[in-house]
Amino acid sequence: MLGGMTAVTLNHFLPLPLAIVLAVVLTMIIGAVIEILFIRWLYKPSVLRMVIITIGVSILVREIALHIWGEGVRALPYFTGSSVSSINLGGVYVSSQVLWVIGIGALAVASLTAFFNLTMLGRQMRACAANRDAARLCGIDAGNMVTLSFVLSAAIGAIGGAIVCPITYVQYDSGTPLAIKGFTVAILGGLGNSTAAVGAGMILGILESFSIWVLPTAYKEAISIAILLAILFFKPSGIFGSAEAARLKEF
Amino acid sequence: MVRRHFPVAAFAGLIVAIQLATLFTGTPYYLTQLTMTAYYSLVVVGLCMLIGYAGQISLGHAGFFAIGGYVSAFLTTFDLQHHRGAFVSLLEKSGALVFRHDVYGGSLLTVHPWLACAAAILLTVAVAYLVGGPVLKLKGHYLAMATLGIGIIVYRIVLGTEFLGAADGISEVPGFPLPGGLLITGNASSRVSNYYLAWGIVILGMVLLLNLIRSRVGRALAAVHGAEDAAEAMGIPTARYKLHTFVLSAVFAAVAGVLLTHYNAGIGPSEAGVMKSVRYVAIVAIGGMANLWGALSMSLVLNYLSLRGYFGTYDDAVFGVILILIMLFAPDGLLRRHLLSDLKRMVSRNPAEEETP
Repeated sequence: MLGGMTAVTLNHFLPLPLAIVLAVVLTMIIGAVIEILFIRWLYKPSVLRMVIITIGVSILVREIALHIWGEGVRALPYFTGSSVSSINLGGVYVSSQVLWVIGIGALAVASLTAFFNLTMLGRQMRACAANRDAARLCGIDAGNMVTLSFVLSAAIGAIGGAIVCPITYVQYDSGTPLAIKGFTVAILGGLGNSTAAVGAGMILGILESFSIWVLPTAYKEAISIAILLAILFFKPSGIFGSAEAARLKEF
Repeated sequence: MVRRHFPVAAFAGLIVAIQLATLFTGTPYYLTQLTMTAYYSLVVVGLCMLIGYAGQISLGHAGFFAIGGYVSAFLTTFDLQHHRGAFVSLLEKSGALVFRHDVYGGSLLTVHPWLACAAAILLTVAVAYLVGGPVLKLKGHYLAMATLGIGIIVYRIVLGTEFLGAADGISEVPGFPLPGGLLITGNASSRVSNYYLAWGIVILGMVLLLNLIRSRVGRALAAVHGAEDAAEAMGIPTARYKLHTFVLSAVFAAVAGVLLTHYNAGIGPSEAGVMKSVRYVAIVAIGGMANLWGALSMSLVLNYLSLRGYFGTYDDAVFGVILILIMLFAPDGLLRRHLLSDLKRMVSRNPAEEETP
């Protein structure tokens, strides 16, 4: 939401690509500030405590956004073409923005995978996720890793917000449902597995879109949450996660 | 008078004092918000029982509140005159239905409020048992997200369902008759009696919970909260106790929903919103988690200020900030039970430290 909103505002006086880049950078900084202000200095916070704090922060961000941008619905222009133009792909007409979303999404996933598997920093981050104390013993600054993970996920969120907002529009409260959907997808794919999360995200999106065949459209939002609950109840390791790995985590 | 009855009496005295204060300052209209505060407080103390004593968080209690309110509102406003069948006439013969007139003078045949209330509570118990079982197996942030999810599902359903009034909610809900000619209604003429009724119900709920805490169940819950595995090893059926506390607090929320709906003569989807759930948790947190009196007094102050509109457009932000600050600086809650003794120890420790070289 922040990514989309700042990009829309910046686009008033900056060219589109520059506005998006700057919006992503700004959101990263906000992510870092939030982590440093609210999480970093806590001594061994429980995950529940962090969740409640972040829920509080998200309410705060939402309220601030409401006071800055008001209740209006905004959107970025289409990156190429317009909302009525489309591209013919072997008989299927697709809006050009959809291709942008898929392309940039794929790029983000690929670079994340590369980051976590190939770079030192990415490996250090995974070590922290697996075992914080052991990682610290190996000389990894776990505190910085947490900040970095906040910055990274803020960046990805902002990119996502900026690229889909020409299609879905953006509003001060469009963040909350996305946060829950994000959590659902993460659980569905098995936490800490970004490639599986993509598959899970596709499954969720398709299920949600097709649910309007059998249920009223107004219930669409409830579907993803019902799926989240079903996964938590019956297979908390996620559909792609292994049960053994999940047993090591605290549910 | 036994010592443990003292807080109850003191609180009842406070309620009377507030009423007298509004009487003498000529501000009886404050009582309307104070009555609404009472019903919200009922949710808060029920949730306090769950969070503070059973150690389980719920970010979905507004959902249970809405289930109670909506079921009661729907049943007491839905006109059955044109749906006559065997079941309806059976209900009519057994006295479960009432004829009344709507604001335009037309006649309505609706379910009696008491029966509607019973149906609301039954449905809440059923839902709470159904989702409580699997939900309470989860821990930490999974529990928080799952209960948050349940709240959102309820919100989406009431928002998207046509016969529940969609975004408008249900209005023109009749008053709730009580024995002795009393009626739970928002009419200005019965403002004082409703104020006492509402707080009387809250005090009743408090006495129930306080006795529960002092009982075998309460001690078992304290053990569960302290160390779940140890409690399990001692032979306490932890899962069952947690589930029963969850259902109990859901029922508190549903009863509050039913009564507030009859008092306000209507309910809207915002009552089921995430912000309401977060607000209840924030109040329990500031009240000291395992401190019913703390939660009750904070609920009285904060709900009243919020309902009177003192927070203006920053209403939600205020509760968000409260939640953040409490979780950052006092994750055990602000007005926790041992606060005084903790402070004393802190004060007395300082000179002791100076003595040691």
